[in-house]
Amino acid sequence: MIYLDNAATTMHKPQCVIDAVAGAMGSMGNAGRGANEASLSASRIIYDTRERLCRLFGGTSPKQVVFTANSTESLNIAIRGLLKPGDHVITTMLEHNSVLRPLYHMERQGVRLTIVESDRQGRLDISRIEEEICGETRMIICTNGSNLTGNYVDVEAVGRIAKAHGVLFVVDASQTAGVFPIDVGPMNIDVLCFTGHKGLLGPQGTGGLYVREGLFIRPLKCGGTGVQTYNKSQPEEMPTHLEAGTLNGHGLAGLHAALGYLLETGIDVIRAREQELMQKFYDGVKDIPGVTVYGDFSGKERCPIVTLNIGDYDSGEVSDALLTDYGISTRPGGHCAPLMHEALGTVEQGAVRFSFCHYNTDEEVETAVRAVRELAQEDE
Amino acid sequence: MKKKELRLVVTFHTTADAMAMEKACKEQDVPGRIIPVPRAISAGCGLSWCAELSDREQIVAMMKRAGIEEEEIHECMV
Repeated sequence: MIYLDNAATTMHKPQCVIDAVAGAMGSMGNAGRGANEASLSASRIIYDTRERLCRLFGGTSPKQVVFTANSTESLNIAIRGLLKPGDHVITTMLEHNSVLRPLYHMERQGVRLTIVESDRQGRLDISRIEEEICGETRMIICTNGSNLTGNYVDVEAVGRIAKAHGVLFVVDASQTAGVFPIDVGPMNIDVLCFTGHKGLLGPQGTGGLYVREGLFIRPLKCGGTGVQTYNKSQPEEMPTHLEAGTLNGHGLAGLHAALGYLLETGIDVIRAREQELMQKFYDGVKDIPGVTVYGDFSGKERCPIVTLNIGDYDSGEVSDALLTDYGISTRPGGHCAPLMHEALGTVEQGAVRFSFCHYNTDEEVETAVRAVRELAQEDE
Repeated sequence: MKKKELRLVVTFHTTADAMAMEKACKEQDVPGRIIPVPRAISAGCGLSWCAELSDREQIVAMMKRAGIEEEEIHECMV
């Protein structure tokens, strides 16, 4: 199988990640639930994972790294824990449902929501965000990169706007963490939400958020923490404040190993290779008659994603043909980004997304280009 | 059960603080080890750092350098 669905999850994990999870499953206790060696080994590796993520994201304290199951949980914590009725929040058409649905939920609670539109290539005019800021604006929340088009959002520029107006800035780094440089300080990011199983190359069921020191978020969950047992409230100290219940220690052991791999390999090296594969595929398909490629390919920075349609074929049908005739895994349909599809005009047809990982080969890309060309010829 | 002695016990608000302590102590060759918080102490975190009374100065200085926040520093029989 040629796996080109890496924006959904990176399927090929470094061997050290697999070994770390398997090792942890045979040796790891429950973190923070005792001073026995098994429990301490979990606590140690989890703390070390906080340190590695803090370093990767330019944070000031590992205690500000909170673990969750995925980006969706992280975004729910940030959105539902920071906004209150009467607040105004600004987001964009590029967003995934993991941002939009919690925002719609808060809208029903009395939060006013503004969604800044993109153009038909999925490009965002960042100055439009600034125009929408008013006295009640509490938060700007946006993705660092569209999961549908791969368009990169200059979060540093958005962060400058947020800082200038004293507005909280929350970033969804689902498509960029582990691939693009993220530095929460200079980017003025108050809350960074990430998942462990995409660019970070860790197991599914791992994710988290980095919270700026001093920012108080109402917890989404409360419960067992292993600390302050007789306190009737969720402890206020980070990261415990936002972590109730047993953490995914086995998964985090894998994420720990993945971070080691990333820090050793260098995310710049990984990004350069992924950009190269994406560009090769884009160059191969962009001029094929009948093929429509979505997104902006004019800039230097973009996520390693190429999304297209062939004629007016149902995207699901194309994706199925790619799999059955060529053994290529892609993702068709709506991609949980309803507003982006509206902007692209692909609500009915959906779109076929090819997303790359540095483990993909040139030969795989060549096969994918040939497959698209042959399927497009069938359409003529 | 082994005989108890008066020792230094540092307690923490969170497990993350206790882990930061253990890591910093190991890196900087500061003596002591993680133990469950003794019953005589009411503490936030279930883990504490136990060392000899004579190590107090060295431990406090290291915590200050590393920016590790304790809940309390006790002297108790453990």
